[in-house]
Amino acid sequence: MTMKRRSFLLSGVAGAAALAAPSLLRAQGTSLKVGTYGGYFQDSFNQHIFPDFTAETGIAVESIGEPTGEAWLVQLEQAARANQAPADVSMMSQVARLKGEASSLWAPLDETKLTNLGNLPEHFVHRTADSRLYGTGAVSWYITLVTNTEAYPEAPTTWGALWDPANADRIGLLALASNSFLLEITAATHFGGTDILGTEEGVMQVLQKLAEAKPNVRLWYRDEGQFQQALESGEIPMGQYYHDVTGLAAANGQPVRSTFPAEGAVLDSGSWVVSRASQMLDQSQVFIDYMARPEIQAKLSRNVGTAPTVGRDLLDLTDAEFAAVASDAAPILPRYDLYTDRADWVNQMWSEMITG
Amino acid sequence: MAQARDDAPTPGWLGVVPGAALLLLFLIPFGIMLAVSVAGREPGGFYQWGFDLAGYRRVMSAFVGGILLTSVAIAAGAALIAVALALPFTVLLAGLSRRAQTAILVALLSVLSLSEVIVGFSVSTLLSRTAGVGNLLAWLGLTAEPQSYTPSLFALMTGLTYLSFPYAVLVLYPPVARLDPELGQASRTMGASPLRTFAGVTVPLLRAPILGALILVFVFALGSYLLPQVLGRPEHWTLSVHITDQAIYQSNLPLAAAMAAVLLLATLALVGLALLVARDKGAPA
Repeated sequence: MTMKRRSFLLSGVAGAAALAAPSLLRAQGTSLKVGTYGGYFQDSFNQHIFPDFTAETGIAVESIGEPTGEAWLVQLEQAARANQAPADVSMMSQVARLKGEASSLWAPLDETKLTNLGNLPEHFVHRTADSRLYGTGAVSWYITLVTNTEAYPEAPTTWGALWDPANADRIGLLALASNSFLLEITAATHFGGTDILGTEEGVMQVLQKLAEAKPNVRLWYRDEGQFQQALESGEIPMGQYYHDVTGLAAANGQPVRSTFPAEGAVLDSGSWVVSRASQMLDQSQVFIDYMARPEIQAKLSRNVGTAPTVGRDLLDLTDAEFAAVASDAAPILPRYDLYTDRADWVNQMWSEMITG
Repeated sequence: MAQARDDAPTPGWLGVVPGAALLLLFLIPFGIMLAVSVAGREPGGFYQWGFDLAGYRRVMSAFVGGILLTSVAIAAGAALIAVALALPFTVLLAGLSRRAQTAILVALLSVLSLSEVIVGFSVSTLLSRTAGVGNLLAWLGLTAEPQSYTPSLFALMTGLTYLSFPYAVLVLYPPVARLDPELGQASRTMGASPLRTFAGVTVPLLRAPILGALILVFVFALGSYLLPQVLGRPEHWTLSVHITDQAIYQSNLPLAAAMAAVLLLATLALVGLALLVARDKGAPA
């Protein structure tokens, strides 16, 4: 099956290349290096996205697995100082994207080459202060309240469960302010929204409220695998986790569920950016434009489980397909400014709150 | 002088190779780290070369000082436990047949090939409520129902001891194997019990290698950053964990480098102090 599909695609590559993009194919000595988060994301892109992209455009893709967190930003930054690009196009978290923007790491993009730019809402079209385009929304995903169905026959309905004394020592939360968005969750749950995070006094108030949940937290995790395993086995039966991966685990028969709490789930996202050291800007733009097509976003939702970055009205997703990856309920939007403008202060207060 | 050099069994220029490797692979990266530690932090960005002591000022806070103390205490605890277990083990091992010794040493060496990740996850499974020893204890009726023993200080120390035990044995084995058996026999002939012989003759003879093993395991455990995350609670996160957070997750390389420099200085000071104390006691260190 796989072999057949692959050989079919290979003939497609040759045909499409000859017809559609001969100049591109000639121009490239090597393949376009595209970085996505290693593991599930990379596997999914290798299987569902890259082959069809190559077949249509004639641009061969070398898939690069990125480490999560900001390790990849550090590597891209160090490499760019030596004029090297470990990947041409990278999927970056919003905080990493903003930090890269601040240090002029991203190459400016040519808007005339991006015909699908109009499909994306404004917050997924990234521009510098002098309004030069340098990135677009790639995929988005929800962080929800997840539970083990055997330990919790009834699904929880609110993030307030994190503070419930009944859940003492049963909860797993992400270890860092900038990837857990627990400040936003706490603010939305107890302070009526994230506006309170606009001032340092407000952040301190929210941190103090969050600290009250500490006795309930068994594991502050950095490694997603560690928490997922503990959630599936029931060792740590509640916590915050990714809606897409949890849905996948449930579909595979694991006793887990993902719940959109009443206060909303956290909507986080990754964006495509190009390293300024890349020699393949043209091909990168073809890729970024391809990824902004509604049918590709729908394909991502169906096959990878991510929430689409283009408007729902442009998509042919059924209600069930949409519900599997997203929700119409208002999400909690991360305050990315906390992790860029106030990053060092927030991180210091955060680690003193958790470790102290 | 010239005569002595002609007689040297090893050509002097051979020293150039490790010397160059040391310069290239240790001193230069270390220099870069020091330079980064005083580089200017760009809030929301990366860093710019310069001279800014902000990273060190942050390191000099009570909070980071507390973490450093925790790290030292955890590493010292792991060193004491690992060496306390390794010493009698090695003495008994040296008394076995050649063949048995080889088999056991190979098995121990194979532990070194396991990554910290595997060890961390294995210990965390072993001590878990759902799949771990808690079930065995409950089945035996020792506890009412299975309990979890991870993450905890106990789990962390178990992991660190498991990883560092082979190193301690490898340091202790050569001197233990060379111990003159007649000294122990003399002690026994003069009426000392085996335990007294072990404590009064064997251990004092091995004072220097024991100190060496303690220092090796201490330094090894001090650098551990994965096990404290997987097996420890936040209060057990070592300075190495915080360095990783700053370098990898917050891309605050100046602060990470400053913390690493302070950790290195603290390590050197502690190791130097240990050697000094040992020399005062008259043991060749």
